[in-house]
Amino acid sequence: MSTTCRPNARRALPRRGSSLALRFLGVLLLTCLAALAHAAWAQRQVALRPNLSLAMVQALQLTDLALFTEARYTRHLSQADAYSAFQDGPVALEHFPAGSLVMPNRTFPPSGFSDGITLR
Amino acid sequence: MQHWFNRQRYLIDYTVAAMARQRGKNLGLWLIYTTLIFVLASVILLGSALRREAAQVFQGSPDVVAQGLRMGRHEMSHAADIEKLQALRGAPRVEGRLWGYLYDTSSAANYTLQVPSPHEPQYALQDGEAIIGEGVARLRKVRVGRSIYLVSPAGPFLNLKVKAILPEATALVSSDLVLVSDADFRRFFQLSADEFTDIAVFVRNPKEISKVAEKVTIALRQHRVITKGDVLRTYEAVFSWREGLLLALFAGAVLAFGILAFDKASGLSAQEKRDMGILKAIGWDTGDIVRMKLWEAMLISLSAFLAGFALAYGHVFFFSAPLIEAVLKGWSTLYPRVQLTPSIDGLQIATLALLTVLPYLAAIVVPVWRSAAADPDGVMR
Repeated sequence: MSTTCRPNARRALPRRGSSLALRFLGVLLLTCLAALAHAAWAQRQVALRPNLSLAMVQALQLTDLALFTEARYTRHLSQADAYSAFQDGPVALEHFPAGSLVMPNRTFPPSGFSDGITLR
Repeated sequence: MQHWFNRQRYLIDYTVAAMARQRGKNLGLWLIYTTLIFVLASVILLGSALRREAAQVFQGSPDVVAQGLRMGRHEMSHAADIEKLQALRGAPRVEGRLWGYLYDTSSAANYTLQVPSPHEPQYALQDGEAIIGEGVARLRKVRVGRSIYLVSPAGPFLNLKVKAILPEATALVSSDLVLVSDADFRRFFQLSADEFTDIAVFVRNPKEISKVAEKVTIALRQHRVITKGDVLRTYEAVFSWREGLLLALFAGAVLAFGILAFDKASGLSAQEKRDMGILKAIGWDTGDIVRMKLWEAMLISLSAFLAGFALAYGHVFFFSAPLIEAVLKGWSTLYPRVQLTPSIDGLQIATLALLTVLPYLAAIVVPVWRSAAADPDGVMR
Protein backbone atom coordinates (compact mmCIF):
# COMPACT_ATOMS: atom_id res chain seq x y z
CA MET A 1 0.00 0.00 0.00
CA SER A 2 1.34 3.38 -0.87
CA THR A 3 0.17 6.83 0.08
CA THR A 4 0.69 9.82 -2.11
CA CYS A 5 1.06 13.21 -0.56
CA ARG A 6 2.18 16.47 -1.96
CA PRO A 7 4.89 18.05 0.18
CA ASN A 8 3.73 21.57 -0.59
CA ALA A 9 0.14 20.89 0.40
CA ARG A 10 1.32 19.18 3.59
CA ARG A 11 3.46 22.13 4.57
CA ALA A 12 0.56 24.49 3.96
CA LEU A 13 -1.66 22.78 6.61
CA PRO A 14 -1.81 24.57 9.97
CA ARG A 15 -0.25 22.66 12.86
CA ARG A 16 -3.22 21.30 14.76
CA GLY A 17 -3.15 20.17 18.37
CA SER A 18 -5.30 17.17 17.51
CA SER A 19 -2.77 16.00 14.91
CA LEU A 20 0.03 16.17 17.47
CA ALA A 21 -2.01 14.42 20.16
CA LEU A 22 -3.31 11.66 17.89
CA ARG A 23 0.15 11.15 16.41
CA PHE A 24 1.60 10.85 19.92
CA LEU A 25 -1.08 8.33 20.91
CA GLY A 26 -0.52 6.44 17.66
CA VAL A 27 3.24 6.16 18.26
CA LEU A 28 2.65 4.89 21.80
CA LEU A 29 0.04 2.41 20.59
CA LEU A 30 2.39 1.13 17.90
CA THR A 31 5.18 0.74 20.49
CA CYS A 32 2.88 -1.33 22.71
CA LEU A 33 1.77 -3.45 19.75
CA ALA A 34 5.44 -3.96 18.87
CA ALA A 35 6.03 -5.15 22.48
CA LEU A 36 3.16 -7.66 22.13
CA ALA A 37 4.56 -8.87 18.80
CA HIS A 38 8.04 -9.15 20.32
CA ALA A 39 6.65 -11.25 23.20
CA ALA A 40 4.92 -13.61 20.77
CA TRP A 41 8.05 -13.87 18.62
CA ALA A 42 10.34 -14.48 21.62
CA GLN A 43 8.04 -17.22 22.93
CA ARG A 44 8.13 -18.95 19.55
CA GLN A 45 11.92 -18.72 19.45
CA VAL A 46 12.16 -20.22 22.94
CA ALA A 47 9.76 -23.03 21.99
CA LEU A 48 12.01 -23.96 19.05
CA ARG A 49 15.12 -24.31 21.24
CA PRO A 50 15.62 -27.13 23.77
CA ASN A 51 14.73 -25.92 27.28
CA LEU A 52 18.01 -26.24 29.20
CA SER A 53 16.43 -25.33 32.54
CA LEU A 54 13.74 -28.00 32.18
CA ALA A 55 16.39 -30.61 31.33
CA MET A 56 18.44 -29.57 34.35
CA VAL A 57 15.42 -29.67 36.68
CA GLN A 58 14.72 -33.21 35.44
CA ALA A 59 18.31 -34.37 35.75
CA LEU A 60 19.05 -32.83 39.14
CA GLN A 61 15.53 -33.32 40.57
CA LEU A 62 15.23 -29.63 41.44
CA THR A 63 12.09 -28.20 42.99
CA ASP A 64 12.65 -24.46 43.40
CA LEU A 65 13.87 -21.25 41.78
CA ALA A 66 17.25 -19.90 42.93
CA LEU A 67 15.72 -16.45 43.26
CA PHE A 68 15.65 -15.80 47.01
CA THR A 69 18.90 -17.17 48.38
CA GLU A 70 19.09 -15.10 51.55
CA ALA A 71 17.74 -17.83 53.87
CA ARG A 72 17.14 -21.54 53.56
CA TYR A 73 13.35 -21.26 53.85
CA THR A 74 13.19 -18.67 51.09
CA ARG A 75 15.52 -20.62 48.80
CA HIS A 76 13.27 -23.69 48.70
CA LEU A 77 9.79 -22.24 49.10
CA SER A 78 7.98 -25.41 48.12
CA GLN A 79 10.05 -27.53 50.51
CA ALA A 80 9.95 -25.16 53.49
CA ASP A 81 8.88 -26.70 56.76
CA ALA A 82 5.56 -25.07 57.59
CA TYR A 83 5.64 -25.98 61.29
CA SER A 84 8.70 -24.29 62.73
CA ALA A 85 7.95 -21.07 64.53
CA PHE A 86 9.96 -18.02 63.40
CA GLN A 87 12.01 -20.13 61.01
CA ASP A 88 10.58 -21.92 58.08
CA GLY A 89 7.34 -20.14 57.22
CA PRO A 90 7.74 -17.15 54.93
CA VAL A 91 5.11 -15.19 56.87
CA ALA A 92 6.78 -15.83 60.23
CA LEU A 93 7.99 -12.88 62.26
CA GLU A 94 11.49 -12.53 61.00
CA HIS A 95 13.85 -9.97 59.65
CA PHE A 96 14.75 -11.00 56.10
CA PRO A 97 13.23 -8.66 53.52
CA ALA A 98 12.05 -11.53 51.31
CA GLY A 99 9.92 -12.79 54.19
CA SER A 100 7.82 -9.65 54.06
CA LEU A 101 7.30 -10.00 50.33
CA VAL A 102 6.54 -13.70 49.98
CA MET A 103 3.23 -14.99 51.24
CA PRO A 104 2.96 -18.54 52.61
CA ASN A 105 1.82 -21.40 50.45
CA ARG A 106 -1.88 -21.73 51.19
CA THR A 107 -2.41 -24.94 49.29
CA PHE A 108 0.09 -26.94 51.26
CA PRO A 109 -0.24 -30.70 51.08
CA PRO A 110 -1.39 -32.87 53.99
CA SER A 111 1.27 -32.85 56.66
CA GLY A 112 2.01 -36.55 56.42
CA PHE A 113 0.85 -37.30 59.91
CA SER A 114 -1.64 -40.10 60.46
CA ASP A 115 -4.50 -37.78 61.40
CA GLY A 116 -4.23 -36.20 57.94
CA ILE A 117 -4.29 -32.58 59.16
CA THR A 118 -4.16 -30.30 56.17
CA LEU A 119 -2.32 -27.02 56.53
CA ARG A 120 -4.42 -24.20 55.15
CA MET B 1 -19.37 10.02 10.18
CA GLN B 2 -17.03 12.62 8.69
CA HIS B 3 -18.95 15.32 10.59
CA TRP B 4 -18.57 13.40 13.87
CA PHE B 5 -14.87 12.89 13.24
CA ASN B 6 -14.27 16.58 12.46
CA ARG B 7 -16.21 17.58 15.58
CA GLN B 8 -14.02 15.33 17.75
CA ARG B 9 -10.87 16.76 16.15
CA TYR B 10 -11.95 20.31 16.95
CA LEU B 11 -12.67 19.24 20.53
CA ILE B 12 -9.18 17.69 20.75
CA ASP B 13 -7.67 20.88 19.26
CA TYR B 14 -9.30 22.93 21.99
CA THR B 15 -8.34 20.38 24.68
CA VAL B 16 -4.68 20.36 23.65
CA ALA B 17 -4.61 24.18 23.64
CA ALA B 18 -6.27 24.27 27.10
CA MET B 19 -3.80 21.70 28.44
CA ALA B 20 -0.87 23.69 27.01
CA ARG B 21 -2.01 26.70 29.06
CA GLN B 22 -1.35 24.66 32.23
CA ARG B 23 1.68 22.89 30.85
CA GLY B 24 3.54 22.37 34.13
CA LYS B 25 0.60 20.94 36.02
CA ASN B 26 -0.44 18.56 33.24
CA LEU B 27 3.11 17.42 32.52
CA GLY B 28 3.69 16.72 36.23
CA LEU B 29 0.46 14.73 36.45
CA TRP B 30 1.36 12.77 33.32
CA LEU B 31 4.81 11.92 34.69
CA ILE B 32 3.39 10.69 38.03
CA TYR B 33 0.73 8.69 36.19
CA THR B 34 3.28 7.14 33.80
CA THR B 35 5.64 6.28 36.68
CA LEU B 36 2.80 4.58 38.57
CA ILE B 37 1.86 2.47 35.54
CA PHE B 38 5.54 1.76 34.84
CA VAL B 39 6.19 0.41 38.36
CA LEU B 40 3.00 -1.65 38.51
CA ALA B 41 3.36 -3.00 34.96
CA SER B 42 7.04 -3.87 35.63
CA VAL B 43 6.06 -5.94 38.65
CA ILE B 44 3.15 -7.56 36.80
CA LEU B 45 5.30 -8.43 33.77
CA LEU B 46 8.13 -9.76 35.94
CA GLY B 47 5.71 -11.84 38.04
CA SER B 48 4.01 -13.16 34.94
CA ALA B 49 7.34 -14.13 33.30
CA LEU B 50 8.60 -15.82 36.47
CA ARG B 51 5.31 -17.67 36.91
CA ARG B 52 5.44 -18.90 33.32
CA GLU B 53 9.09 -19.94 33.69
CA ALA B 54 8.36 -21.84 36.93
CA ALA B 55 5.31 -23.53 35.41
CA GLN B 56 7.44 -24.73 32.49
CA VAL B 57 10.60 -25.87 34.23
CA PHE B 58 9.00 -27.56 37.25
CA GLN B 59 7.12 -29.91 34.96
CA GLY B 60 10.40 -31.80 35.23
CA SER B 61 10.66 -31.85 39.04
CA PRO B 62 10.12 -35.12 40.99
CA ASP B 63 6.49 -36.28 41.05
CA VAL B 64 6.53 -36.77 44.81
CA VAL B 65 9.05 -35.68 47.44
CA ALA B 66 8.87 -37.29 50.89
CA GLN B 67 10.48 -35.17 53.56
CA GLY B 68 11.22 -36.60 56.99
CA LEU B 69 9.79 -34.75 59.98
CA ARG B 70 10.57 -35.10 63.65
CA MET B 71 8.93 -32.90 66.24
CA GLY B 72 7.79 -30.67 63.43
CA ARG B 73 11.29 -30.09 62.12
CA HIS B 74 13.07 -31.53 59.13
CA GLU B 75 14.69 -34.90 59.76
CA MET B 76 16.99 -36.93 57.56
CA SER B 77 15.48 -39.92 55.74
CA HIS B 78 17.16 -43.32 55.81
CA ALA B 79 17.89 -46.11 53.34
CA ALA B 80 15.21 -48.22 55.07
CA ASP B 81 12.59 -45.56 54.18
CA ILE B 82 13.63 -45.73 50.52
CA GLU B 83 13.33 -49.52 50.58
CA LYS B 84 9.77 -49.24 51.89
CA LEU B 85 8.82 -46.99 48.96
CA GLN B 86 10.51 -49.19 46.38
CA ALA B 87 7.78 -51.75 47.02
CA LEU B 88 5.09 -49.28 45.85
CA ARG B 89 3.36 -50.13 42.57
CA GLY B 90 3.36 -47.37 39.98
CA ALA B 91 6.59 -45.81 41.27
CA PRO B 92 9.41 -47.41 39.26
CA ARG B 93 12.10 -45.06 40.52
CA VAL B 94 12.67 -44.00 44.13
CA GLU B 95 15.86 -42.13 44.99
CA GLY B 96 17.29 -40.54 48.09
CA ARG B 97 18.26 -36.91 47.40
CA LEU B 98 21.29 -35.39 49.05
CA TRP B 99 21.25 -31.63 49.26
CA GLY B 100 21.89 -29.04 51.92
CA TYR B 101 22.82 -25.44 52.54
CA LEU B 102 26.15 -23.88 53.22
CA TYR B 103 26.61 -20.31 54.34
CA ASP B 104 29.89 -19.30 52.79
CA THR B 105 31.54 -16.71 55.01
CA SER B 106 34.05 -15.59 52.36
CA SER B 107 31.31 -14.39 49.99
CA ALA B 108 28.55 -14.00 52.63
CA ALA B 109 26.23 -16.07 50.45
CA ASN B 110 24.12 -19.20 50.88
CA TYR B 111 24.98 -22.04 48.52
CA THR B 112 22.96 -25.16 47.85
CA LEU B 113 25.26 -28.17 47.88
CA GLN B 114 23.84 -31.13 46.06
CA VAL B 115 24.81 -34.60 44.91
CA PRO B 116 23.67 -35.32 41.35
CA SER B 117 21.71 -38.48 40.71
CA PRO B 118 23.94 -41.43 39.70
CA HIS B 119 21.58 -41.97 36.75
CA GLU B 120 22.72 -38.73 35.10
CA PRO B 121 26.11 -39.34 33.43
CA GLN B 122 26.50 -35.69 32.28
CA TYR B 123 26.74 -34.64 35.93
CA ALA B 124 28.99 -37.54 37.03
CA LEU B 125 31.70 -36.33 39.41
CA GLN B 126 34.85 -37.82 40.84
CA ASP B 127 35.76 -37.11 44.46
CA GLY B 128 37.37 -33.66 44.65
CA GLU B 129 35.46 -32.31 41.65
CA ALA B 130 32.58 -29.83 41.53
CA ILE B 131 30.15 -28.36 39.03
CA ILE B 132 29.06 -24.89 40.09
CA GLY B 133 26.30 -22.46 39.19
CA GLU B 134 27.06 -19.18 37.40
CA GLY B 135 26.29 -17.17 40.55
CA VAL B 136 28.84 -19.09 42.62
CA ALA B 137 31.45 -18.76 39.86
CA ARG B 138 30.76 -15.03 39.62
CA LEU B 139 30.99 -14.45 43.38
CA ARG B 140 34.07 -16.59 43.92
CA LYS B 141 35.69 -15.43 40.66
CA VAL B 142 36.60 -18.97 39.60
CA ARG B 143 36.86 -20.53 36.18
CA VAL B 144 36.80 -24.14 34.97
CA GLY B 145 39.92 -25.97 36.11
CA ARG B 146 40.48 -23.71 39.14
CA SER B 147 39.97 -24.70 42.80
CA ILE B 148 37.18 -23.67 45.10
CA TYR B 149 37.43 -24.06 48.88
CA LEU B 150 34.37 -24.64 51.01
CA VAL B 151 34.52 -24.62 54.80
CA SER B 152 31.86 -26.42 56.80
CA PRO B 153 30.61 -25.02 60.13
CA ALA B 154 31.49 -28.44 61.60
CA GLY B 155 35.15 -28.04 60.68
CA PRO B 156 35.98 -30.08 57.59
CA PHE B 157 36.78 -28.25 54.40
CA LEU B 158 36.57 -29.22 50.78
CA ASN B 159 39.12 -28.34 48.15
CA LEU B 160 37.27 -28.88 44.90
CA LYS B 161 38.41 -28.59 41.33
CA VAL B 162 35.79 -26.85 39.17
CA LYS B 163 34.90 -29.36 36.45
CA ALA B 164 32.26 -27.19 34.78
CA ILE B 165 30.09 -24.14 35.28
CA LEU B 166 26.36 -24.58 34.74
CA PRO B 167 25.04 -22.57 31.76
CA GLU B 168 23.93 -19.01 32.43
CA ALA B 169 20.64 -19.78 30.65
CA THR B 170 19.73 -22.05 33.57
CA ALA B 171 20.69 -19.51 36.29
CA LEU B 172 17.12 -19.17 37.50
CA VAL B 173 17.23 -22.71 38.87
CA SER B 174 20.96 -23.29 39.26
CA SER B 175 22.71 -20.04 40.20
CA ASP B 176 23.63 -21.08 43.76
CA LEU B 177 24.25 -24.79 43.13
CA VAL B 178 27.48 -26.55 43.98
CA LEU B 179 27.33 -30.14 42.76
CA VAL B 180 29.74 -32.48 44.52
CA SER B 181 30.28 -36.24 44.72
CA ASP B 182 28.39 -38.42 47.19
CA ALA B 183 31.52 -39.17 49.25
CA ASP B 184 32.56 -35.49 49.44
CA PHE B 185 29.06 -34.44 50.50
CA ARG B 186 28.86 -37.04 53.27
CA ARG B 187 32.34 -36.25 54.53
CA PHE B 188 31.70 -32.49 54.45
CA PHE B 189 28.38 -32.64 56.33
CA GLN B 190 29.40 -35.66 58.43
CA LEU B 191 26.52 -37.87 57.29
CA SER B 192 26.42 -41.63 57.58
CA ALA B 193 26.10 -43.77 54.45
CA ASP B 194 22.37 -44.45 54.89
CA GLU B 195 21.21 -40.85 55.42
CA PHE B 196 19.46 -38.73 52.80
CA THR B 197 17.99 -35.23 52.85
CA ASP B 198 14.68 -36.43 51.41
CA ILE B 199 13.28 -38.98 48.99
CA ALA B 200 12.23 -38.35 45.37
CA VAL B 201 9.58 -40.67 43.93
CA PHE B 202 8.91 -40.83 40.20
CA VAL B 203 5.47 -42.02 39.18
CA ARG B 204 4.92 -43.86 35.88
CA ASN B 205 1.41 -42.54 35.22
CA PRO B 206 0.90 -38.83 36.04
CA LYS B 207 -2.75 -39.55 36.88
CA GLU B 208 -1.61 -41.74 39.77
CA ILE B 209 0.54 -39.09 41.50
CA SER B 210 -2.04 -38.33 44.19
CA LYS B 211 -2.63 -42.06 44.82
CA VAL B 212 1.10 -42.72 45.12
CA ALA B 213 1.45 -39.67 47.41
CA GLU B 214 -1.28 -41.14 49.62
CA LYS B 215 0.53 -44.49 49.72
CA VAL B 216 3.80 -42.73 50.62
CA THR B 217 2.01 -40.97 53.50
CA ILE B 218 0.78 -44.33 54.81
CA ALA B 219 4.13 -46.09 54.30
CA LEU B 220 6.16 -43.32 55.97
CA ARG B 221 4.12 -41.87 58.82
CA GLN B 222 6.85 -39.47 59.88
CA HIS B 223 7.23 -37.97 56.41
CA ARG B 224 5.58 -35.00 54.78
CA VAL B 225 4.64 -35.42 51.13
CA ILE B 226 5.07 -32.68 48.52
CA THR B 227 3.81 -33.44 45.01
CA LYS B 228 4.80 -31.79 41.75
CA GLY B 229 1.41 -30.07 41.75
CA ASP B 230 2.23 -28.51 45.13
CA VAL B 231 5.50 -27.14 43.74
CA LEU B 232 3.69 -25.66 40.73
CA ARG B 233 0.93 -24.18 42.93
CA THR B 234 3.53 -22.65 45.25
CA TYR B 235 5.03 -20.61 42.43
CA GLU B 236 1.63 -19.82 40.96
CA ALA B 237 0.70 -18.34 44.36
CA VAL B 238 4.01 -16.60 45.07
CA PHE B 239 3.98 -14.59 41.85
CA SER B 240 0.24 -14.16 41.58
CA TRP B 241 -1.03 -10.58 41.58
CA ARG B 242 -3.18 -11.27 44.62
CA GLU B 243 -0.25 -12.29 46.77
CA GLY B 244 2.95 -11.10 48.32
CA LEU B 245 5.15 -8.68 46.44
CA LEU B 246 2.56 -7.76 43.85
CA LEU B 247 -0.16 -7.11 46.37
CA ALA B 248 2.18 -5.05 48.56
CA LEU B 249 3.15 -2.77 45.68
CA PHE B 250 -0.19 -2.80 43.96
CA ALA B 251 -2.29 -1.92 46.99
CA GLY B 252 -0.06 0.98 48.06
CA ALA B 253 0.24 2.48 44.60
CA VAL B 254 -3.44 2.14 43.72
CA LEU B 255 -4.44 3.69 47.05
CA ALA B 256 -2.09 6.62 46.45
CA PHE B 257 -3.53 7.04 42.99
CA GLY B 258 -7.05 6.80 44.42
CA ILE B 259 -6.25 9.72 46.74
CA LEU B 260 -4.95 11.74 43.77
CA ALA B 261 -8.07 10.94 41.74
CA PHE B 262 -10.35 11.74 44.69
CA ASP B 263 -8.59 15.04 45.23
CA LYS B 264 -9.16 15.93 41.60
CA ALA B 265 -12.76 14.76 41.72
CA SER B 266 -13.60 16.71 44.84
CA GLY B 267 -13.81 20.01 43.01
CA LEU B 268 -12.75 22.16 40.09
CA SER B 269 -10.66 25.27 40.43
CA ALA B 270 -12.31 28.68 40.04
CA GLN B 271 -10.41 29.16 36.76
CA GLU B 272 -11.75 25.91 35.34
CA LYS B 273 -15.30 26.83 36.37
CA ARG B 274 -14.99 30.27 34.74
CA ASP B 275 -13.64 28.67 31.53
CA MET B 276 -16.65 26.42 31.41
CA GLY B 277 -19.00 29.33 32.00
CA ILE B 278 -17.44 31.22 29.08
CA LEU B 279 -17.71 28.17 26.83
CA LYS B 280 -21.40 27.81 27.67
CA ALA B 281 -21.96 31.53 27.15
CA ILE B 282 -20.51 31.35 23.63
CA GLY B 283 -22.74 28.45 22.67
CA TRP B 284 -21.17 25.20 23.81
CA ASP B 285 -23.67 22.81 25.32
CA THR B 286 -23.10 20.64 28.42
CA GLY B 287 -22.43 17.58 26.28
CA ASP B 288 -19.61 19.33 24.39
CA ILE B 289 -17.93 20.42 27.62
CA VAL B 290 -18.14 16.91 29.08
CA ARG B 291 -16.80 15.49 25.80
CA MET B 292 -13.92 17.97 25.81
CA LYS B 293 -12.99 17.06 29.39
CA LEU B 294 -13.33 13.38 28.54
CA TRP B 295 -10.80 13.86 25.76
CA GLU B 296 -8.47 15.62 28.20
CA ALA B 297 -8.71 12.69 30.62
CA MET B 298 -8.35 10.18 27.77
CA LEU B 299 -5.26 11.88 26.37
CA ILE B 300 -3.55 11.93 29.76
CA SER B 301 -4.60 8.52 31.04
CA LEU B 302 -4.33 6.54 27.80
CA SER B 303 -0.95 8.02 26.82
CA ALA B 304 0.36 7.50 30.38
CA PHE B 305 -0.87 3.91 30.36
CA LEU B 306 0.66 3.11 26.97
CA ALA B 307 3.95 4.86 27.78
CA GLY B 308 4.16 3.22 31.22
CA PHE B 309 3.48 -0.22 29.76
CA ALA B 310 6.01 0.17 26.92
CA LEU B 311 8.70 1.42 29.34
CA ALA B 312 7.95 -1.44 31.75
CA TYR B 313 8.27 -3.99 28.94
CA GLY B 314 11.71 -2.67 27.98
CA HIS B 315 12.76 -2.43 31.63
CA VAL B 316 11.85 -6.06 32.40
CA PHE B 317 12.67 -7.89 29.19
CA PHE B 318 15.53 -5.88 27.68
CA PHE B 319 17.29 -4.68 30.85
CA SER B 320 16.33 -7.53 33.29
CA ALA B 321 14.38 -5.21 35.64
CA PRO B 322 17.30 -3.46 37.41
CA LEU B 323 14.95 -1.19 39.40
CA ILE B 324 13.00 -4.11 40.89
CA GLU B 325 16.06 -6.30 41.36
CA ALA B 326 16.98 -4.54 44.60
CA VAL B 327 13.53 -5.37 46.03
CA LEU B 328 13.62 -9.01 44.94
CA LYS B 329 17.20 -9.42 46.00
CA GLY B 330 16.59 -8.45 49.63
CA TRP B 331 19.70 -9.46 51.49
CA SER B 332 20.71 -12.13 49.01
CA THR B 333 24.34 -11.78 47.98
CA LEU B 334 23.82 -14.28 45.25
CA TYR B 335 21.21 -13.25 42.73
CA PRO B 336 20.83 -15.02 39.38
CA ARG B 337 21.44 -13.15 36.15
CA VAL B 338 18.40 -14.09 34.20
CA GLN B 339 17.12 -13.20 30.78
CA LEU B 340 13.41 -13.86 31.06
CA THR B 341 11.24 -14.93 28.16
CA PRO B 342 8.63 -12.20 27.61
CA SER B 343 5.24 -13.21 28.86
CA ILE B 344 2.26 -10.89 29.02
CA ASP B 345 -0.74 -11.83 31.10
CA GLY B 346 -3.57 -10.06 29.26
CA LEU B 347 -5.96 -10.34 32.19
CA GLN B 348 -3.52 -8.68 34.58
CA ILE B 349 -2.76 -5.85 32.16
CA ALA B 350 -6.50 -5.35 31.61
CA THR B 351 -6.99 -5.26 35.39
CA LEU B 352 -4.24 -2.67 35.69
CA ALA B 353 -5.90 -0.57 32.97
CA LEU B 354 -9.29 -0.83 34.67
CA LEU B 355 -7.90 0.11 38.07
CA THR B 356 -5.96 3.12 36.84
CA VAL B 357 -7.58 4.53 33.69
CA LEU B 358 -11.27 4.19 34.62
CA PRO B 359 -11.08 5.87 38.07
CA TYR B 360 -9.20 8.77 36.50
CA LEU B 361 -11.81 9.19 33.78
CA ALA B 362 -14.56 9.09 36.38
CA ALA B 363 -12.70 11.54 38.62
CA ILE B 364 -12.47 14.04 35.75
CA VAL B 365 -15.88 13.68 34.22
CA VAL B 366 -18.15 13.59 37.29
CA PRO B 367 -17.29 17.07 38.73
CA VAL B 368 -17.19 18.56 35.21
CA TRP B 369 -20.66 17.25 34.47
CA ARG B 370 -21.90 18.81 37.73
CA SER B 371 -20.33 22.21 37.00
CA ALA B 372 -21.19 22.21 33.31
CA ALA B 373 -24.86 21.79 34.11
CA ALA B 374 -24.78 25.06 36.15
CA ASP B 375 -25.95 28.43 34.83
CA PRO B 376 -23.05 30.20 32.97
CA ASP B 377 -23.97 33.60 34.37
CA GLY B 378 -23.69 32.33 37.94
CA VAL B 379 -20.45 30.53 37.25
CA MET B 380 -18.73 33.55 35.64
CA ARG B 381 -19.68 36.04 38.36
